[in-house]
Amino acid sequence: MRARVLIRPKAGILDPQGIAVERALPALGFGGVSNVHVGRLVELDVEDAGQLDDMCRKLLANPLIEDYEIVR
Amino acid sequence: MKFGVVRFPGSCDDVDAQLAASRVGEAVLLWHADRDLQGVDAVVVPGGFSYGDYLRVGAIARFAPVMEEVIEFARAGGPVLGICNGFQVLCEAGLLPGALLPNVGLRFLCRQVDVDVEGECAFTHGLVGERLSIPVKHTTGRYYAPDPDRVRVVLRYAPGENPNGSLNDIAGVCNEAGNVMGLMPHPEHAVDELVGGSADGLKLFASAAAVLSHA
Amino acid sequence: MPDVATLPSIEEAVALGLTRDEYALIVDKLGRPPNQVELAMFSLLWSEHCAYKHSKLLLKTLPTEGRHVVMGPGENAGAVAVGDGLAVAFKVESHNHPSAVEPFQGAATGVGGILRDIFALGARPIAVLDSLRFGEPGSSGRSRYLLDRAVAGIGHYGNSIGVPTIGGEVYFEAPYEQNCLVNAMALGLAPIDRMIRSAAAGVGNVVVLFGASTGRDGIGGASVLASAELDEADGDKRPSVQVGDPFAEKKLMECSLELLERGLLVSLQDLGAAGLTSSASEMASKGGVGIDLDVARVPLREADMEPFEIMVSESQERMLCVCEPARLDEVLAVCARWEVHGTAIGEVTDTGAMRIYRGDELVGDVPVTALVDDCPVYELAPARPRAPLYPAPVATLTADVSVREALLALLGSPNVASRRALFEQYDSIVQSRTVRRPEQADAAVLVLPDGSALGVSIDGNGRRVAADPYAGTIAAVLECAANLACVGAEPLGVTNNLNFGNPEKPHVAWQLSEAVRGLGEACRALGVPVTGGNVSLYNEAAAGPIYPTPVIGMVGQLPDARGAGRLGFAREGDAVALVGWNAAPSLAASELSKLRGEPLPDALPEVDLARERAVLEAIRDAVRAGALSSCHDVAEGGFLVAVAEACLAGSVGATLDLGASDDAWTLLFGERPGGFVVSGRREALEALDVPVEVVGTVGGEELKLTISGETTRWSLGDLSAAHAALAKLFP
Repeated sequence: MRARVLIRPKAGILDPQGIAVERALPALGFGGVSNVHVGRLVELDVEDAGQLDDMCRKLLANPLIEDYEIVR
Repeated sequence: MKFGVVRFPGSCDDVDAQLAASRVGEAVLLWHADRDLQGVDAVVVPGGFSYGDYLRVGAIARFAPVMEEVIEFARAGGPVLGICNGFQVLCEAGLLPGALLPNVGLRFLCRQVDVDVEGECAFTHGLVGERLSIPVKHTTGRYYAPDPDRVRVVLRYAPGENPNGSLNDIAGVCNEAGNVMGLMPHPEHAVDELVGGSADGLKLFASAAAVLSHA
Repeated sequence: MPDVATLPSIEEAVALGLTRDEYALIVDKLGRPPNQVELAMFSLLWSEHCAYKHSKLLLKTLPTEGRHVVMGPGENAGAVAVGDGLAVAFKVESHNHPSAVEPFQGAATGVGGILRDIFALGARPIAVLDSLRFGEPGSSGRSRYLLDRAVAGIGHYGNSIGVPTIGGEVYFEAPYEQNCLVNAMALGLAPIDRMIRSAAAGVGNVVVLFGASTGRDGIGGASVLASAELDEADGDKRPSVQVGDPFAEKKLMECSLELLERGLLVSLQDLGAAGLTSSASEMASKGGVGIDLDVARVPLREADMEPFEIMVSESQERMLCVCEPARLDEVLAVCARWEVHGTAIGEVTDTGAMRIYRGDELVGDVPVTALVDDCPVYELAPARPRAPLYPAPVATLTADVSVREALLALLGSPNVASRRALFEQYDSIVQSRTVRRPEQADAAVLVLPDGSALGVSIDGNGRRVAADPYAGTIAAVLECAANLACVGAEPLGVTNNLNFGNPEKPHVAWQLSEAVRGLGEACRALGVPVTGGNVSLYNEAAAGPIYPTPVIGMVGQLPDARGAGRLGFAREGDAVALVGWNAAPSLAASELSKLRGEPLPDALPEVDLARERAVLEAIRDAVRAGALSSCHDVAEGGFLVAVAEACLAGSVGATLDLGASDDAWTLLFGERPGGFVVSGRREALEALDVPVEVVGTVGGEELKLTISGETTRWSLGDLSAAHAALAKLFP
């Protein structure tokens, strides 16, 4: 099956990439944008979806600084 | 005194670290795929872009075969120095607390900075209280730890010198036992005034050699 | 062999960039019309970028011999001997059109490409320099964007692969607004006896492709982009831009160097513009042999690639080598160790033909000479333009500006301001050789194993060349040599990148011919050979051509790295002198003239090359002898800007008295090759064998200038704030 893992910077940690995007959008004419965060997407075909959690904790995300969400 | 410098695919400052260490002892390169530390007395995990910094800095390198030996060596009390990308690898491997995040400026930054030695460890013996001039060069050097008060800070950027937004100006840390140290600045690029204007970095390598010769 | 019904038409040939006459010539050489694979190969190898159709005849007039030359033009890069059995390989190349479309990847892959040229010779890359041109940053968001992304791309590639970017230059001028320039120079170090040529040899030897897999990157890049003027439609050209992976190149580089170290190869060539087609054909041509290739054996990244696509793909980070069949297993084992696909894809033959197979099916068969040697070369039809080609710059200084304001305006102008915000994005120290980092001296300095050092600079003020292509190009060569003299280096060789507009237009042809004439003249006068380079033409849009921009890269050597010069004033109490000029400077085509909004002059003042050479040698000797505390050449902005720069670099002020002058503005801000601001003990300066005028003393916290009885002062803080103007472009 095809799984998708979304990896986000943990709340409370400064996210300068998110800030940079948040600043760039109004300059292009897009108003009303706030609370922007930039993360990563990992897509993979897996045989055993039960292993995904482990994969995230061991390699795909760093739990100290990132949260992950498995989307099926 | 024999140093081993790990070489991953993508390591850039491995040879520089080897040259620096060979000023105070013998220095060999340790190939990432070999589970063999060649009987070294200290390990250096060098700077660069191991595995292209893919996924997350240091995330893939920490699983290299040689790292299994390095982790065991560290747990047994062996001195391990992680420089820049090496610092990132050691944090990912759980040998040091915290993590390195993108610089606040979001750009690569190469600049000579002043750092103050605040803590004793295998690589800073006798150096506490000194101010060292050492270059930084990285995109992902902002140190973060959820509980900074529990971190043993070894190096701190001098006032006004923090180049990347590191928490509490932390430039280098060590583990509880003091045998594993990580730092973002590159001491191997401050060992010869001819090419650096400063030879302060050599003191870290010399400190390890001194500790080991007294051991 | 070709099925007439599926042959490409002459219109398709024209769409690929060939002229009708060129197509007819191809038919004549093959004895039949070309099929799709063959036409694709010709369209690339006969493109301006690969064949130098409009420049080859001119380039033959350049001096290429010298006693230090180990490899001259024609190989992957030039190389000069530096003693101790070592050679330094170096070359400059452009990636202008791709960078205008996608500046990050265009600049990054430009660096990747020039690095491959260096290690294709067997030299370990030890440094990169970049030479950039954009439109005015103050008025053009697009130029700010291109600058930001190009610098990021160069940094990304060079830093990741572990090669220091040690120097460079950037100019901002309106004529580059539609056509930015991104030139990248690289240097490498190799034992002379391990350097390898690219000629394929040995019938029956195996052709091996190694590196990244092959996809559809850049298909048609060399012909589609490099020979086309850019306009609104260039968004469609985006798929043609290559994407680089420096990590892949690092592994490729280590693999290549190890293959050479172990003596496993007969020849080595990198894949760049026109991919497999040009690499294999050029290897065969140099060796006077033929090559058979089987595209079915090429590792592909994308399914269903046609043979012609495989032959012209510009996927990055790939190399081609030739080895003896008995060594093939060892070659593949080294490739495997470095995690780099190695695949035997063909063999060297005695047919004199490039034969392309797909499995057993022959899909292309072209004589090598037809592809590589028989491309027509064109004589230019130069004609001096009768009207100015370029509009006057927009004035930013009023007529009543004071000397005080003028200095600050110049220091803050984009062509003069500090480049710190750019060069701090580059790792300038990896590999532990950098003796002088950016802004420490006029040239970058790298120490060699025997304690001697290389001095390297890259220069090319296009506005001067636009005013006077012949004298302006001479000035560019002299600027480069002056930068080397300031660190004590003797020039060993020159590489050049000629960036011009459309050579089929007589006024551009004139610019190109005159520039090459000046280049040859200056190199002959200085005794420095041209060891290779690159030509980029058609840098032109509807608004007109770029300033003609010959970019000069020069490599020199000094006997003791510890004696390398510095540009900053070093010691309170040292005398300051202006040395070297044997004629008055001039405001013609100067930076001040630009800020005043003056149109380009018709010509630049003449220069006496023999005298200039003598001045350069005297400065170089004085630096080597340790007679000078600091040495800085007078360039854009003139004498007073050079003094301010020396104060800033040394973090110390100076007090100057220039006496009475009836043309203060020209004296303070005029430009001319061969002037230097030096400091040191007064007796040492006066002993220099060049015109010397002691004008003041180092010391204090401000720059204080007295001229014709009037005194002006600038604090170091004022100067520094003005000088930091470019930092605003990198928030």
